[in-house]
Amino acid sequence: MSGAAETVTARRRVEALWRIESARIVGALARYTGDLALAEDVAQEALAEALVNWPREGIPRDPVAWLLTTGRRRAIDTFRRRSALDDRLPQLDTGPAPERPDDTDDDVLTLMFTACHPVLSREARVALTLRVVGGLTSDEIARAFLVSTATVQARITRAKKSLGAADAGFEAPQADELGSRLASVLSVVYVIFTEGSSASSGGSLIRFDLAGEARRLARVLARLMPGENEVHGLSALLELTSARFPARTDADGEPVLLEDQNRRLWDTSAIRRGRAALRSAERIGRGLGYYGLQAAIAECHAVAPSVAETDWDRIVALYEALGTLAPSPIVELNRAVAVSRDPAEALPLVDAVAEGLPGSHQVAGVRGELLLRLGRTAEARAELERAVSQCGNDRERTVLTRKLATLD
Amino acid sequence: MKFMLIMRVTDETLEASKDLDFNEMIAVMGRFNEEMVNAGVMVGGEGLDPQDPGVVVDYSGETPVVTDGPYGETKELFNGFWMLEVASKEEAVEWAKRAPLQGPGSKMEVRRVTEVNEFPQDNEWVQKEKGWREQLGTA
Repeated sequence: MSGAAETVTARRRVEALWRIESARIVGALARYTGDLALAEDVAQEALAEALVNWPREGIPRDPVAWLLTTGRRRAIDTFRRRSALDDRLPQLDTGPAPERPDDTDDDVLTLMFTACHPVLSREARVALTLRVVGGLTSDEIARAFLVSTATVQARITRAKKSLGAADAGFEAPQADELGSRLASVLSVVYVIFTEGSSASSGGSLIRFDLAGEARRLARVLARLMPGENEVHGLSALLELTSARFPARTDADGEPVLLEDQNRRLWDTSAIRRGRAALRSAERIGRGLGYYGLQAAIAECHAVAPSVAETDWDRIVALYEALGTLAPSPIVELNRAVAVSRDPAEALPLVDAVAEGLPGSHQVAGVRGELLLRLGRTAEARAELERAVSQCGNDRERTVLTRKLATLD
Repeated sequence: MKFMLIMRVTDETLEASKDLDFNEMIAVMGRFNEEMVNAGVMVGGEGLDPQDPGVVVDYSGETPVVTDGPYGETKELFNGFWMLEVASKEEAVEWAKRAPLQGPGSKMEVRRVTEVNEFPQDNEWVQKEKGWREQLGTA
């Protein structure tokens, strides 16, 4: 009985170790083989072997070296098998061994770029990033996204095939494509975060903390690319948004709108980290980008003692900058909401945006809110009812329904 | 989840550390910190003054008794702490094991940090504490 308990303990230890080391191990093996798909395969084989051996024989003194050596051996086996079929393939076993992952930051960065390669679908990028950079198991990824483990495994297998088919190799992007490749990495981290932050809090014990993993990835990126303002901007945005998590649901788990949140619940250390990251983004001196501007808006809320004492002029200006940089009806709508401290002024703005967002529950919701403030209750009710019928998100619908109920 | 790694040393460890090269000690600890920062898990930490172990206030009796120095018989001293944001307790323990600490009685305590939401939200003092945390920036 104690044997089984010890096995579980050892297994958890191996998994924790894997979380910490997998990116460097897979990165080193990918550089060694020049093939991320192969590196991931052999790294998983090495991990599987460790999960069998270590609980039985104890964890080796240098587990990283053990995993690297085992992975390398598997890679050599694979190359031998392949070259037996095709003698044009290189013989790797005479080449240099993968280096100890001590100074392999570049490999981790290349790993991120490759996992977020443009030939992959967004879903594939997310799954592959969580697997090879985050060190998550297929089970953990499956539970985080509420899909089956088989689905995740299929996604990762397909992703690896796509990389192979595109001959993606394992190389850092060229200078001329760095911007777009970095944008892909940042957007994957952002997707992981939003997926995590929309998770119901009740299930957080079972579901892997994706929002936390996204924050971690953003911090890692900020260390790897300290000169990129948007990396710091993203990190700032994730910290400042996370800071509000403790206040976003009430005691019954119902969602609470920003304006109704108890600001005392906001995580001040996360706010501090977010603001520090935002200052890092600003210090680079190239202004703020897509994420940085959103972080700056989040900062306006984070530092305001109340809705009334919020610097709405600055928020409107930041939304205007965001709208210029990345024009989108949603940004315009948000700008209108910020202007809506004066509902009479905001209403025509919202109407102008509405054409770009046909059938949007958000437009209807905002219009309803503005009409309500203008005392046009009957029209407000109609808009809110329309918003409820158009809304596809349970949490948001609850908020709208409750607002409607207060009109009675 | 957040964990606090609490470094504990004894008089003997402190005494022995006086023979160590200060720059080397700083470098070793710096590398440990840097590794956690690079891994994106470190969210805070402080060291406590080893030269001045401070005082201990003991509440065993009716009135608090103040004594110099570290705790009672064991002479054990909290020497500093790290705050980590990690996915599991095992991960926090794994980081703790990598800390460059050594010597008789040198220890690390790994404790989960409770979140303010874990306390009853309708309690007046829980609400007040949130206000203090806001002012102090220690949430």
